[in-house]
Amino acid sequence: MESLIIILVGVLTTVAIYLVLSKNIVRVILGTAILSHAVHLLILSMGGLKLGAVPLLGEEAETYVDALPQALILTAIVISFAVTAFILVLAYRAHQELGTDNLSAMRGSDDE
Amino acid sequence: MNINDVILKTVSKAVVLIILTFGIYLFFSGHNEPGGGFIGGLVIASAFVLMFLSYDSETVSGALPIDFKKLSALGVLLAMISGIAPMFFGGAFLSQSFGYFDLPIFGKTELATVTVFEGGIALTVVGVVVNIILSISEDE
Amino acid sequence: MYLLIIAILIPFIATALIPLIHNRIGSLHIGWLVLLVPTALFIIFALQIPAISVGEVLNQTANWIPSLGINFTVYLDGLSLILALLITGMGSLVVLYSIYYLSPSDSFPHFYAYLLLFMGAMLGVVLSDNLLVLYVFWELTSISSFLLIAFWYHRKNSRYGAQKSLLITVFGGLGMLAGFMMLHSMTGTFSIREIIAVIGQYTDHALFYPAMFLVLLGAFTKSAQFPFHIWLPDAMEAPTPVSAYLHSATMVKAGLYLVARFTPIFAGNASWFWTITIVGLITLFWGAFCAVRQTDLKALLAYSTISQLGLIMSLLGLGSAAMYFGDGEQGALYGLAIFAALFHLVNHSTFKGALFMAVGIIDHQVGTRDIRRLGGLMAFLPITFTFAVIGSFSMAGLPFFNGFLSKEMFFTATVNAAGLPAFGVSAWGVLIPVIAWIASVFTFVYCMILVFRTFFGSSQLKKLDKQPVEPSIGMLISPAILCILIIGLFFAPNLLGDYLLRPALNGVIPGISGAAPQISAWHGFNTELFMTLGIVIVGTLLFLTFRSWFKIYRLQPADWTFTVLYNSFLKDLKRVANWITTHYMTGHLPAYFAYIFIFFIATAGGALLITGALSVDLMADSPISIYEGMLVAVMAVAAVSILFAKSRLTAILLNGVLGFSIAIFFVLFRAPDLALTQLVIETVTTTLFLLCFNFLPEWKKEDSPKRTKIRNALIAIGGGVTVTLIGLTVNSGELFESISGYFEDSYELAGGENIVNAILGDFRAFDTMLESLVLFIAGLGVYTLIRLKVGKGSGKDEHQ
Repeated sequence: MESLIIILVGVLTTVAIYLVLSKNIVRVILGTAILSHAVHLLILSMGGLKLGAVPLLGEEAETYVDALPQALILTAIVISFAVTAFILVLAYRAHQELGTDNLSAMRGSDDE
Repeated sequence: MNINDVILKTVSKAVVLIILTFGIYLFFSGHNEPGGGFIGGLVIASAFVLMFLSYDSETVSGALPIDFKKLSALGVLLAMISGIAPMFFGGAFLSQSFGYFDLPIFGKTELATVTVFEGGIALTVVGVVVNIILSISEDE
Repeated sequence: MYLLIIAILIPFIATALIPLIHNRIGSLHIGWLVLLVPTALFIIFALQIPAISVGEVLNQTANWIPSLGINFTVYLDGLSLILALLITGMGSLVVLYSIYYLSPSDSFPHFYAYLLLFMGAMLGVVLSDNLLVLYVFWELTSISSFLLIAFWYHRKNSRYGAQKSLLITVFGGLGMLAGFMMLHSMTGTFSIREIIAVIGQYTDHALFYPAMFLVLLGAFTKSAQFPFHIWLPDAMEAPTPVSAYLHSATMVKAGLYLVARFTPIFAGNASWFWTITIVGLITLFWGAFCAVRQTDLKALLAYSTISQLGLIMSLLGLGSAAMYFGDGEQGALYGLAIFAALFHLVNHSTFKGALFMAVGIIDHQVGTRDIRRLGGLMAFLPITFTFAVIGSFSMAGLPFFNGFLSKEMFFTATVNAAGLPAFGVSAWGVLIPVIAWIASVFTFVYCMILVFRTFFGSSQLKKLDKQPVEPSIGMLISPAILCILIIGLFFAPNLLGDYLLRPALNGVIPGISGAAPQISAWHGFNTELFMTLGIVIVGTLLFLTFRSWFKIYRLQPADWTFTVLYNSFLKDLKRVANWITTHYMTGHLPAYFAYIFIFFIATAGGALLITGALSVDLMADSPISIYEGMLVAVMAVAAVSILFAKSRLTAILLNGVLGFSIAIFFVLFRAPDLALTQLVIETVTTTLFLLCFNFLPEWKKEDSPKRTKIRNALIAIGGGVTVTLIGLTVNSGELFESISGYFEDSYELAGGENIVNAILGDFRAFDTMLESLVLFIAGLGVYTLIRLKVGKGSGKDEHQ
């Protein structure tokens, strides 16, 4: 299972990188969102999958799955939401000010 | 007024209440069951977002006089204070403590300082999420 | 308890208070309040004299980062005490002087804030026992010096001088830091005293000499030693009180302090002896030689400061021979040089301080410091004239002033060194007193120029902007105190010697203080006296025949100076940096992303291949059930379809499919908290995308050329493969034992049964708190971006 998930992570990463390298700003943002999905899955699979019970001590199981990756991912999910929201707004404000959603056209404004 | 709007508004009145209750439940159950500050905050925030989506923002703002920017700042402040407070009792920054108490109605109950911290997190999440959505939807 | 630590902190606290109070004190000059700080600190340090003079040391520690061995340890011995007294004493006088010197149009809060910042940093340098703490304070003095030189920042020369001093001193400081790191890697400690205790075992270590030279680099740049002296004359653009304080009395002495402080660590070998002695002597000669040709009084003083610093430096080098000989009679003989160095260090601060203040008065009252425009001022500024005479004659080494005593000791040390039976001195040793003598002749000449060109001769009142009159009494107090010290120290030098210099000597070379002599003015007709007499005679002749030999200065071509070298180096550096930057900083975001990913593939993927770590082991995998396999397939298809989506709505919905599938995976993989969060976040994110689409145009088909598309596809596949291979490799073996078992005691440790929640709220609460802060900042960012719209016109003004 872990290896299968890792291969899926590879596919997601490929798609994400291709999107990020594109010139359209919405594609770039979408790419970062997919990249964070990939990373979350990767972190989770690094801790081993399905090796025990849900990490709630109330379950009184023999073993629990690794809780640390879960805590890290929880943090990552919220942060990636915040970042996505920020760059989305940045993108559309840039579009409002500069009149383009093309990253090539945004480069090198003279007043810098 | 569109008939769909009527349905949306009627349904959302009921749903918002359910979501809010669920959010608060998630927040408090986080210590021992799935849930906690983030999830609780997010669920509560989504209730507010639903309200703002189904009604216009003036109506909601009138009924709910909350400044969500200040709410998020308050949340960060609360989280930090709960972190600094133990330093006055010789603990390290952000060290949490807990104890078990016999309360009149609830019986033996666990009270933990982490709830204050989680409360701060939840307030931040609610404030930020609602604030972001509101800012965008109100933009001309 | 923590008296010394508090003493260091007081100036910093005062710095922070200045902006708060300067508006609330009405017409009172803020300098009067600032004056309290150095004065109080001076008294605090003066109260330590009785204890220190009998050989005690104070030692206080506050833990800072104990796990890295970085503690805020302050250590007060005789050496530190002398400098602390200089810093606070001169500080008081300079603050008092500046109250009358600054003009009302200057920004007082800035000036005093920088000055106090410097004072605190400098105290930190001389009191720190920990190398890293010392380094931090060291650089802080460079920064405050930068700010003070650029105090009149509207002048181009001020900015140039400030930048030059910062670049040179920080360059040396970084070298010194590297030296400190080497010391740490040799001895395993950052404490100077601990290093002194164990350094004996490491003198053969491969890093010993590199560390030594790097530390010296820091000392030489800071103390303006040849060839790094070029920053000091340009630093004279600072207001004169600053020049008197930082650039003659205290900051430039930090390098001398460092050499003295590290003498017990590095001294006793030929490299240390020769490097410091030669650099010191060259600086001594070159500074004096250049000072003679200056026409700006402050530039003259700057070169004379360079020269005097070289003198003290060479004494520290000569005295290091005492470490070679140890305790015996010979050790005492050469240790005298260190004693002379410390004595001259104090004397130099007094006479140079007085001279700077006198020149400041001339500049302030007359409006120029150009010697060619001055002359005959004695009649107008009799008091200032007195200060200048006392200061200059002391600097020239004439009797009845303290400079005479330390100059004689300097000659004694050079004569002794000529016969040093070690370090291969024998053949060349005689050059040491010869160079010292020649340099002293030039010293005498520029001292005479300073006095006679300025105050004697015909006055040229018509050329002056203002009619010269003596300044208000407040401006005269500080130089007067220094002049009294200059004369007082001549008649009672042993007061200083017994209470301060002897314990300080003990701090430089432990166990030698008993051998230091009483200071006396008369030694009979010996070599030193004849050297002084020779200086007076030859110097007077040279001064009188100045015009006939002045031509030798034209022998040095104008573009053969270190400043020209520095300028052209800086220019080339900028050009090369600019060239490189414009070639890779294209302003094209996809290009930057491409760099990042290519770098990632090359380093991470490359490392995987080169180290041969790559391995795939499927044995430990958990079994795959049918619906899990189907879910993986769904996600893969959804992901790839996004690439071909015709409309952005399709793409967002496909992204939603990915998000919700991951939520299902979280359920399958026993992560209920994650599943809940992911569901809500995915919903909110999709809403966000849809909302923002209101403001963004429908996306177009990528119109990039085919080559670019293929390149991007290759990078993407490369990245994906690299991540997959790393993941598979990590998955196939366990290098470390998992730490997760610890968290399973969450009920006992944190009172929570939900382990994930306990980690978030308790074990790693700091992460969570900072995360909420990130969230908050992102929220603020969004709000500001939307609400604060800058009009198109106003945006352009900012860049002009």
